[in-house]
Amino acid sequence: MSRYIPNTDEQQQSMLKELGMEAIDELFKGIPESVRMKRKLDLPEAMAELELLTHMNRLASNNRNLDEYTGFLGAGAYDHFIPSIVGHMLSRQEFYTAYTPYQPEISQGTLQAIFEYQTMICELTGMEVANASMYDGASALAEAASMSCNATCRKEIIVAGSVHPAYREVLRTYSKFYGSRIFETGYDNGTVKISDIESRLSSDTAAVIIQNPNFFGLLEDIEQLEKLVHGKGALLVVSVDPISLAILKPPGESGADIVVGEGQSLGSPVSFGGPYLGFFAASKGLLRKMPGRIVGQTTDDAGNRGFVLTMQAREQHIRREKATSNICSNQALNALAATIYLTVLGKQGLRDVAMLCLQKAHYAFEQLIATGVFEPCFAGPFFKEFAVRCCMPVEKLNEELLSSKIIGGYKLEKDYPELAGCWLIAVTEKRSRMEIDNFVEKASKIIERWGRRAI
Amino acid sequence: MKEKKLVFEISRPGRKAYSLPDCDVPEKKLEEMIPKQHIRKTNPELPELSEVDVVRHFTGLSRRNHGVDSGFYPLGSCTMKYNPKINEDIARLGGFARVHPYQPQDTVQGCLELLYRMDGMLSEITGMDKVSLQPAAGAHGEMTGLMIIKAYHEYLGEKRRTKIIVPDSAHGTNPASAAMAGFEVVEIKSNEKGGVDLESLKAAVNEETAGLMLTNPNTLGLFEDNIEEIAWIVHQAGGLLYYDGANANAIMGISRPGDMGFDIVHLNLHKTFSTPHGGGGPGSGPVGVKKHLVPFLPSPVVEFKNGVYSLNYDLPLSIGRVHSFYGNFGVIVKAYAYIMSMGAEGLSKISTTAVLNANYLMNRLKEYYVLPYDNTCMHEFVLSGQRQKEQGVSALDIAKRLLDFGVHPPTIYFPLIVKEAMMIEPTETESRETLDEFADTMIQIAKEAEECPQIIKSAPHITVVGRLDEAKAARNPVLRWMKEE
Repeated sequence: MSRYIPNTDEQQQSMLKELGMEAIDELFKGIPESVRMKRKLDLPEAMAELELLTHMNRLASNNRNLDEYTGFLGAGAYDHFIPSIVGHMLSRQEFYTAYTPYQPEISQGTLQAIFEYQTMICELTGMEVANASMYDGASALAEAASMSCNATCRKEIIVAGSVHPAYREVLRTYSKFYGSRIFETGYDNGTVKISDIESRLSSDTAAVIIQNPNFFGLLEDIEQLEKLVHGKGALLVVSVDPISLAILKPPGESGADIVVGEGQSLGSPVSFGGPYLGFFAASKGLLRKMPGRIVGQTTDDAGNRGFVLTMQAREQHIRREKATSNICSNQALNALAATIYLTVLGKQGLRDVAMLCLQKAHYAFEQLIATGVFEPCFAGPFFKEFAVRCCMPVEKLNEELLSSKIIGGYKLEKDYPELAGCWLIAVTEKRSRMEIDNFVEKASKIIERWGRRAI
Repeated sequence: MKEKKLVFEISRPGRKAYSLPDCDVPEKKLEEMIPKQHIRKTNPELPELSEVDVVRHFTGLSRRNHGVDSGFYPLGSCTMKYNPKINEDIARLGGFARVHPYQPQDTVQGCLELLYRMDGMLSEITGMDKVSLQPAAGAHGEMTGLMIIKAYHEYLGEKRRTKIIVPDSAHGTNPASAAMAGFEVVEIKSNEKGGVDLESLKAAVNEETAGLMLTNPNTLGLFEDNIEEIAWIVHQAGGLLYYDGANANAIMGISRPGDMGFDIVHLNLHKTFSTPHGGGGPGSGPVGVKKHLVPFLPSPVVEFKNGVYSLNYDLPLSIGRVHSFYGNFGVIVKAYAYIMSMGAEGLSKISTTAVLNANYLMNRLKEYYVLPYDNTCMHEFVLSGQRQKEQGVSALDIAKRLLDFGVHPPTIYFPLIVKEAMMIEPTETESRETLDEFADTMIQIAKEAEECPQIIKSAPHITVVGRLDEAKAARNPVLRWMKEE
């Protein structure tokens, strides 16, 4: 008897009797013998709660984690501080055991929270409308591309080579099947090569996609691009770091048409890559082409304000193959986490977090350069990530840092073969000066030892 | 009925709910690090609340919501079963939640082992040869599966196969996913039993057919007993058979799509495998394939060799990535723990109980509502509100009246092939008493429809807001709060 199945064998027998049946197997008479299983499923024996915890703890302890190790690894997933309240509010069962708010009268909690979330995303990005979430930053970017093709009736997408490599991969996958063409630009001193865009822009360009800060942590010049892109009637799509928007000019003010990005930094743990949060915002004129669920304000029959899913005629359950996207379930709980996070931090707090990241990243950068065994890969303003080069293979450096309980940065050569020896370091508000100093000291010592070995 | 203030409306300048340490590194001027033209001129209008305000606001919001933990939630096709709490604790363990996806592989052997074992267990449950856990939701899994189908045909040089066949009873994500994968959608009509009409299918398949998407049991909760013939027809024509696993809760341990002839399946971990729905997500939509389609799975794939788990990116025929990392890992952890708690017998018991509960409920209601397909159902069944419609009460009205009884209504107006459809899926985690109570309520409403329909048409009455004007919301979209100038 499972604790999740209330009906006892006795009760099941009496229910069967009411159906005129003797055995539960009679319910499955309609399934042809030829497709019935003739054996039990070959799965591990069921575990009681205690045994399950032992098993799961073993699996969990076979991973190093960011509580035990100090992390300087970013590249699209960040170790930001999550205020304790976020977890408590997310654990409210009426939030997480509910489904999509199809019946708005008993879902005002979810719906109002999403309305607040949409507002906050608009405020951060400077855009007019936002949806209730996409799966992650990469799929949000890919769907921004298809939406651009749909909105402009054009087939080519130009994407900067300084956009996250995994995002470009997802974009390539979606586009290959959707039927659009992708052109990837090079980069110049770490930022998008404008001349590549200039030469490629045509009347068949649906959108130009850049990331700001880009994958290398550097700031891109959105305004310069905007004139170029709009001059050819194409859309400007920008993928952003939401924490950076506490300080940086929102892309909406620079003329972006669609703004997407990864919201994991807003209250979701790194969790080995998911569940994350793709946010998606656009200008009002593009509303009807937007994918995903959208919440709108309305009133009830007594004139009270309430919230409902709206503009559903865009979606799959109504438009089917003509829908703006196939998306059904999204990342609602992660969006709720972001709403709570942004409420807890608020106007001033988010700015404080962003400033701490900025100051600490710049401090770490200067300390690394000052050792003499690192040099910058690029010159240019950056936010919370930067790339430095050393003489040692990056994976070896990271391996040795592990024994000092440090998780080192990302090996850029993995995606950019021309960037051998380049290390992408992320520094968030969680990194204390002591941790940074220790990191710099350990890293430089390892490199010096390596250098001596080579002689 | 009380309106609830928005978080922006209770904000007061200067209040704070956060606590951050001071900057302990030498501080530089902002303009030294970021050029002026990149700097924001005005702060975003985020709220400013004290911690107690934050807690009261979100606690208050949660109390305006109904989840499975609040009461019965028979939303057909969504499998709103109880979400085990132990799995929530497990997913929060630091060794899962605070692991970075790009850590060196030898520091994440536990995560990789979990993914690898999950692949194995889901393959066994579905009768497939390999499973990718990358898609982040059912629809995402459908899209991925359809891309695999397209890639497969193209690899064989079959470029003409541009069409996917979808029954008219299919969930909207099916044709929408097909369109995203670049296919044209061909719809075929269901027969009078609500199943695939074999003659229509035979007429629809040709050398342009890439595949057929099917749910089994179908969206009426009925098992397609012609499934082997359906598989034969599609395979003969050179197409592949895709299984939409949304209804897998009916058949675990009883029948497997792989044994029915399906080439490719997706599962919904947030349905069948008990992970919470989260108010609309996150879900997880793993895709399983037969051997001939394995090379096309999304990259990377988890492998196990010489005692070591690793990520293999060397997959020349892979369709590529559909997610920035490896999928919704935190959701997969919960589903994994669920399967480990249930075992083979547990999963079979789940399905047999789910089917019994649905049949029991159907039997209690069939005298009071039109039952378009009077057959033994699987884990869900569809009623039609057409008798009540003739009395002036629609399925929508009935749904709103149910809210007065603290119950989440069934799915309404789906599938499209039933007038005034109400799709009811009780799941196995409900007691007989709950089912009886629901049946009694539905019977009462049927009586009200005859005797005093007005009480139904003016429902709901006891919810925090009355019936909301959805037409107005679409006509004049107000999609965000704006600060008054």
